[in-house]
Amino acid sequence: MIRGRAWKFGDHIDTDVIIPARYLNTSDPGELARHCMEDADPQFASKVRSGDVIVAGENFGCGSSREHAPIAIKAAGVACVVAKSFARIFYRNAFNTGLPIVECPEGVEAIQDGDEVEVDLERGVVRDITRGEEYPFVPIPPFMQELLSKGGLLEYVRERMSSSAG
Amino acid sequence: MAMTMAEKILADHAGFEEVAPGQIVNARVDIVLGNDVTAPIAIKAFRELGAEKVFDSERVVLVPDHFTPNKDIKSAQQCKVLREFAREQGLVHYFEVGQMGIEHALLPEQGIVVPGDLVVGADSHTCTYGALGAFATGVGSTDLAAAMILGELWFRVPESMLFIYYGHRGEYVTGKDYVLHTIGLIGVDGARYRAMEFTGEAITALPMDERFTMSNMAIEAGGKAGLIAPDQVTLEYVRPRAKRPWKVYESDPGASYVEALEIDVSRLIPVVALPHLPENVKPVAEVGEIPIDQVVIGSCTNGRITDLRQAAQVLKGRKVHPYVRLIIIPATQEIYRQAMEEGLFEIFVEAGAAVSTPTCGPCLGGHMGVLAEGERAVATTNRNFVGRMGHPKSEVYLSNPYVAAASAIAGRIVHPMEVL
Repeated sequence: MIRGRAWKFGDHIDTDVIIPARYLNTSDPGELARHCMEDADPQFASKVRSGDVIVAGENFGCGSSREHAPIAIKAAGVACVVAKSFARIFYRNAFNTGLPIVECPEGVEAIQDGDEVEVDLERGVVRDITRGEEYPFVPIPPFMQELLSKGGLLEYVRERMSSSAG
Repeated sequence: MAMTMAEKILADHAGFEEVAPGQIVNARVDIVLGNDVTAPIAIKAFRELGAEKVFDSERVVLVPDHFTPNKDIKSAQQCKVLREFAREQGLVHYFEVGQMGIEHALLPEQGIVVPGDLVVGADSHTCTYGALGAFATGVGSTDLAAAMILGELWFRVPESMLFIYYGHRGEYVTGKDYVLHTIGLIGVDGARYRAMEFTGEAITALPMDERFTMSNMAIEAGGKAGLIAPDQVTLEYVRPRAKRPWKVYESDPGASYVEALEIDVSRLIPVVALPHLPENVKPVAEVGEIPIDQVVIGSCTNGRITDLRQAAQVLKGRKVHPYVRLIIIPATQEIYRQAMEEGLFEIFVEAGAAVSTPTCGPCLGGHMGVLAEGERAVATTNRNFVGRMGHPKSEVYLSNPYVAAASAIAGRIVHPMEVL
């Protein structure tokens, strides 16, 4: 179960804010994590604790295709991103890098910065422990669930490689 | 069933007679692209999977263009990863500094992407090739790795949105203004997950370079692709360049669109997008007195020969304002040579501009023109996010090349008429 502090951000949090391009001369997760969300909150990386949750508005992850964005978020210790909506490439990248993300507009409206929140991926709900309320989130598409059950995209590729070799 | 061109291209590449929006398809890709920022992660995944060969050494393209010529040791290391992989795999289309150009100007120019292609690139501006009538979209590094190995990838067939441009444009109004105006109308997520299709008499009248500018910025509205059906202009561009046969796809009459917008270009005037989102679009005349420190003319959005000619038209016989640094970056070596032969460099250097070798450099705050705290730039690039071009407290204003050049002369954001 994912449980931690909510860090609230607004709409259109772009990938340049998530991980500024000036740090893209490396793909080392630890190094990227140190600069996660730096241009929105320079202290974010030092304040965030393992298991915490980013709660954001519309179009989270818009902009560049850099996979460094979900990598940085995950390596910073963030266990899940809850947003009203996600930009397309970020959505795929988060899925491919194993960063749980959920679309939950109602939850985003209600949750305040600093609230204790829980994300139940199995049951499909986001709980605000501080407020004692819970909000259902939009389930991930069946195709992606299936890919997830196979271990993600790279495992699927591995399977395809071995079947074509055999 | 009537289909849009986006649906037709995806159907053909997935081996279906027809597809519908929302459907997930596994489709064969024609070209797979990576750069010095995104490919190293993909190559690492490639190795970890124990893959030995890319699916096709003529169809996997690597372009080290972001932090090149290598800006620091770490960037040099990343480029080395690409170089070694390209040599090991015998990649036909790897472009070393000296042949290298900004990927989305380079691939069409070299005839590597052709109409009807399905292209994935680990760069969000891969949508640029939509101007050729190709379905091209940005992906991340893991998807890039999968596509490099399998030569196919899964896609959700997007809903399509139609944008019809009509009327005759006025002076100093370019494809950049069309697309910025459009993003201003629908917002930075107005086309999220959707294919944008640009059509109408004003698109027909647009030269190829300005069409690329429009398709390039589809992603700034959240679009998955930004398509323009091939016509005479497209085919004249493609014919002498194409490395492979191409196929023209057009939307069927009666194809369904989730939304259709009409835009009268005769009513447009040059615009700028104010910080910090490309949707903050205003006519230049309405921005007020905004002094600037730097101007960048270049990028995958506006670094083509048409853009440089537009800048030269304004700069000819004039001087850059003493408080402004003007940096001009031809997007590819071919454009560079062409600009040189046409005498554009003479005009630029006379005006007091710095002319650079091709690089993405300043557009993403990488190098070749990073902004300090509190500095303000006008750029012909595509994004004006917080910290995009340098310090988080710097600002970027997006414009067409005429406005950028004129602003460099005036030292503040102005309509080209103010200096001409």
